[in-house]
Amino acid sequence: MKYKAQIFLFIALAASLGVSLCAGNIDDYFLDILLNVGINVTLAVSLNLVNGHTGQFSLGHAGFMAVGAYGASIVTLQLGDHLLQIFGGGSIATALTFLIALLVGGGCAALSGWMVGMPSLRLKGDYLAIVTLGFNEIIRVVLTNTSGDGPFGGALGLKGIASYTNFFWVFGVAAVTIYVVSTMVNSTYGRGFLAVRDDEIAAEAMGVNTVRYKVIAFVLGAFFAGLAGGLYAHFRSTISPEGFNFLKSVDVVVMVILGGMGSTPGVIAAAILLTVLNEWLRDFEQYRMIVFALILIVMMIVRPQGLLPASLFQRKKKESA
Amino acid sequence: MTLTISYQLFLEQFVQQLLNGLFLGSIYALIALGYTMVYGVLRFINFAHGDVFMLGAFSGLYLNKWLAPMLTTLPWPASVALVLVLSMIICGALGIIIEFLAYRPLRDKPKLNVLITAIGVSLFIEYTCQLIFGATQQPFPVLIPKSNIAGIGGLTVTNVQVIVLVTAFALMLGLRFIVMGTRLGLAMRALSLNPTASSLMGVNNGVVISFTFGLGSALAAAGGILYASLYPSIEPFMGITPGLKAFVAAVLGGIGNIPGAALGGLIIGVVETLVAGYSQSLGVPSGYKEGVAFVILILILIFKPSGLLGKVEREKV
Repeated sequence: MKYKAQIFLFIALAASLGVSLCAGNIDDYFLDILLNVGINVTLAVSLNLVNGHTGQFSLGHAGFMAVGAYGASIVTLQLGDHLLQIFGGGSIATALTFLIALLVGGGCAALSGWMVGMPSLRLKGDYLAIVTLGFNEIIRVVLTNTSGDGPFGGALGLKGIASYTNFFWVFGVAAVTIYVVSTMVNSTYGRGFLAVRDDEIAAEAMGVNTVRYKVIAFVLGAFFAGLAGGLYAHFRSTISPEGFNFLKSVDVVVMVILGGMGSTPGVIAAAILLTVLNEWLRDFEQYRMIVFALILIVMMIVRPQGLLPASLFQRKKKESA
Repeated sequence: MTLTISYQLFLEQFVQQLLNGLFLGSIYALIALGYTMVYGVLRFINFAHGDVFMLGAFSGLYLNKWLAPMLTTLPWPASVALVLVLSMIICGALGIIIEFLAYRPLRDKPKLNVLITAIGVSLFIEYTCQLIFGATQQPFPVLIPKSNIAGIGGLTVTNVQVIVLVTAFALMLGLRFIVMGTRLGLAMRALSLNPTASSLMGVNNGVVISFTFGLGSALAAAGGILYASLYPSIEPFMGITPGLKAFVAAVLGGIGNIPGAALGGLIIGVVETLVAGYSQSLGVPSGYKEGVAFVILILILIFKPSGLLGKVEREKV
């Protein structure tokens, strides 16, 4: 099947629109968890492009998410009314406004990804981890120290963001993310990502522009993290700098590691599993991070390739090619 | 006339900030030494190092509590030294255990796996401590009776600050002696140069790595107690920020280079204090000082990735 991925994307978009239209019938609590799952899937799949497929360990995903969340929220808070007027009101105007807000948020995140990536992606593994962690911290520190009356809202963050996020947007974005990441990695061009991961020196010797591939992976990952941030902001309707700290980045990293670095299906499964587990274990909140930490350590010692590694899905790929 | 007065005031303020920076920087230097030594022998960043620093402060708190009947009979310099040495021993042992349980099984695995494990270890220590000690700030006991040492002009320097600086430098000199003057130090340097060759020459790499971890963790514990003496309020997450800044210090000085780490620590401490001191007079919130270290890190990695004193390492295929 030549257009398998495209068909998948259309089915996923149509299905999420269908579910969204009858979302009123879904239990509120259940819907809440579902939306969380969708946002986390977007985050995990986009981080997987950087950490898994390209093998560049980033610890700053929450920073890009923050940029996207603030970018999108500022658009809807400051320009939302103008945009709604221009588009003439109604549900289509709302959708267009939200789309613009999300894209602005994603664009800002992509830009910051480019700014962080250009200098730091010339570095090797552990330095990159620290630089991205540092970027995450800088974003948080800057947002916290902005004026409380300004557009960024200071340490308390932003409140009263219109709750535009619904099932269609969350799962639509998740489907697009999965589509873009998996088709990109499976394309001829995208083999460069895997080459960079498997052996950077050999890839460079074969003429692969490794820095460019790393920057592209970084910018794309940041863009989708920004979209997820925008969705999150318009879902919770309040955001604060503390919500995007280092631990939020670790949450996403744990999903990628548990699922298997470089395995999109594995990462999706892990994102779903961990989000649902989080809800179940709400009463044991104080043990949650201990368990996450143990997952990281034990996985690395016992099964570093993840629960559902990419090699599980590779045979199918060869047959279809 | 007014110009000379404001000039003098400016100078006084500047020297005061410089001194404050040196006191803070000497602690960063102690932590940075641990990062740099571990990087030297294992070529990886021990993310959990900042948490050993925190454990040092907590062990100081509890030792002071448990040994109180004995400590009160001693003069304060002796009791400070006792608490310091005991927590250095405890944390040194913890460092060795951490290495043995979490890092040793990954000795031949890709560096990325070790890095992820280190992040896991760091989070594990932080959240376990939160469970045990509680998340709230706890006051650190006064180990050193505080008194102002009248400086020149309007400078204020407390005896605590001086003791912190002197202890930190004494420990650094001690480390220099161990690394440059003992057989174990020689083994450490050999291992850092070439692990295979050193083991062929009869160096027991495992023992040397354990020793390095113990040494680095002991220094971090000392840093923790000194830090808590300067800022007497401790909590399970206190190690993250100083740990990261100390890491930046190690990179700034050239990671793997021991004098470089000490130099980097002092520079980071001074720059951060100066930024905090002068940003307020410029109307910028002083909270931005938390980001300074990371800006330095990004700049150093762009312009001189080998650090101030480090050697350029070529990657061989």
